[in-house]
Amino acid sequence: MIQNKHTFMLTLDWRIRRIGQALFTVWAVLTLSFVMVRMMPGNIMGALVTRMSRQGINPARARELIELRLTIDPDQPIPAAYVDYLTNTLQGNLGQSIYFTRPVTEIIAETLPWTLFVLSWAIFISFFLGIAIGALMAYWEGGKLDVGLTSYAVVIGSVPFYVLALLLLIFLAYRWNLFPSNGRQPTGIDPGFTVAYVSGIVYHAALPILSMLVASGMASLGMRGNSIRVLGEDYLRVARLRGLSDLTISTQYVARNAVLPMYTSLLIRIGAMFGGSVVLEQVFQYRGIGLVLLEATHQRDYPLMMGGFMVITVAVVIALLVADLTYGYVDPRARRTQ
Amino acid sequence: MTHDESSDSIEPDGGAISSPFEVVSEYEETRSERYRKLYDAYVYAPLSIILRDWRARIGLTIVLGFLALGIIGPLVVEPTRVTEGPALVGPFENWEYVLGTDAQGRDLFAQVVHSTDTILKMVTSGALFTVIIGTTIGSIAGYKSDTPIDTALSSITDVFINLPGFPLVMVLGLLLEDHILGNPYAVGVLLSIAAWGGLARAIRSQMLTLRQESFVEASQAMGLSTPTIVFKEILPHLMPYVVINLTSAGRRVIFEAVALYYLGILPFEKLNWGTMLQLAYQARAHARPGALHWFLVPMVAIVLISIGLTLLGQSLDRVFNPRVRARHEKTTADIDESGETDEEPTNEPMGGI
Repeated sequence: MIQNKHTFMLTLDWRIRRIGQALFTVWAVLTLSFVMVRMMPGNIMGALVTRMSRQGINPARARELIELRLTIDPDQPIPAAYVDYLTNTLQGNLGQSIYFTRPVTEIIAETLPWTLFVLSWAIFISFFLGIAIGALMAYWEGGKLDVGLTSYAVVIGSVPFYVLALLLLIFLAYRWNLFPSNGRQPTGIDPGFTVAYVSGIVYHAALPILSMLVASGMASLGMRGNSIRVLGEDYLRVARLRGLSDLTISTQYVARNAVLPMYTSLLIRIGAMFGGSVVLEQVFQYRGIGLVLLEATHQRDYPLMMGGFMVITVAVVIALLVADLTYGYVDPRARRTQ
Repeated sequence: MTHDESSDSIEPDGGAISSPFEVVSEYEETRSERYRKLYDAYVYAPLSIILRDWRARIGLTIVLGFLALGIIGPLVVEPTRVTEGPALVGPFENWEYVLGTDAQGRDLFAQVVHSTDTILKMVTSGALFTVIIGTTIGSIAGYKSDTPIDTALSSITDVFINLPGFPLVMVLGLLLEDHILGNPYAVGVLLSIAAWGGLARAIRSQMLTLRQESFVEASQAMGLSTPTIVFKEILPHLMPYVVINLTSAGRRVIFEAVALYYLGILPFEKLNWGTMLQLAYQARAHARPGALHWFLVPMVAIVLISIGLTLLGQSLDRVFNPRVRARHEKTTADIDESGETDEEPTNEPMGGI
């Protein structure tokens, strides 16, 4: 009873600490972006003003317009500007995009779901592929298949996903015309829950998802190592001695114990994959948050750039937080060691 | 000195030693012997293990090849210029342009050679930065665990682990444009600014166990200073792990640098593999026939050096892994086929970037 209470306190404490850590990270990122915008180098401001004045707006007015779109007032003293910026941001006001002249939140809300769509499929498929291949490698450890698959995993792990993306684009989209080369939805079909539209979306997302599958190479190596380690455990011998069927042993004993450690490594990749979406979406001209972030960077569109950066960061922080908080339920061993 | 002093006070029993603390080792190591020992432990043994492993042989060859390409190449190969040759010569068609030319008639082989040194500089500075910062912060936090220093360092580490590195580097690259133009070392550091968190966390947790060892207690009792204990006594035990991380950090720097230059975010003076890809994409080389090699040449370079680093990392793992070492000592070269790398480095960046 006392023991139970103690463990409960410990886990509670750990969870609160973990949430505090996530909040701290978000705060640090907000502060960092405040500092970056506030100390916006003069040349960037200059570039923005020049571009706007080329569109027939006089420089003084242009400067005013840019300052209006930022949620930071450069004339305010720093502490006041900082407080204003934090409250604005927390209320969901990320300013106006200079290039698109629309609220940043609107642009992000419109593009983020597409990125999440591609990334979640890419993550799940590569995860399961990695587990399957890794289990096969472990099963035939030392055999020809194992050596072959290990070499495959090393090679595929050495291919940056954007190289694969470019190759897929060249061959599957341009040479053999199997897949669309850009865009994210079928043209000429009304958006809605129709078979044609949904399949069109999947069709457009197919190549970006395929490109991310290089991640399965390293996942399979991890799974292989885990499975081999589990195969050597004493409790497997005990299970065999108890006369359990091979199926029970492979699914309940080996697979479960080998997959569990993969869960954390999978979730850690989410951050990397979010970062990678910038390149991926550029290659396929797939309008998700990555492509928007890239356009904003090229256009020196500060509010949109910082908004996109912040949203990606917060998404990753939340994903990692959920991962850590749920891991104890997935793997009871972790609860004890925390 | 001590000898002279002790010989002055000859004890009644004729011995020249007054107390056990003045015992001088009978065995004196000459400098050459010491060097030979060091050579045995740090050069000969690892090399002999490496050379027995096909992975290591391939990896080492590739990495050394790129080093040669980066160091000697620029001295031998003339830099290319626009309209040096005809546009879009295919690879292996014309021996003057072995790997072909791009749409503006620039020799692709010369481009690759003159990119290699830039990339290698980025890799060196980036990998060293990641490993030095990660190791320093991780080991101090681990040694000082449960103190405010640890809390502060661990919180900073966690922030950096949670940050998606690539967007941060994009934004920072824009801000620091002027400082990183034409300075590959600075680019390498920039690319690694958010990459040391994982290593720091791993080093910290290993430090927590090592801290309990008796030799640490002995060092503390001897009154050695904390930096001496951490960096001279404990850290050498973690060196294998740190060295293996160098290769994966290097690979990550290449992937990210090429991606950033491909996206055209970082300004450049000299061509590199990333800008080659960018120029090819802008010239729509993916959509036109006969331009495939423009993409393939830099791609092969990236994949090849990355395979080299991966294999080298895996074999270094075997060099430092005592279990593998022991197995190697018992068996001979035929162990190579079994491919037993149970201990995969767990910190491989997997999403590619």
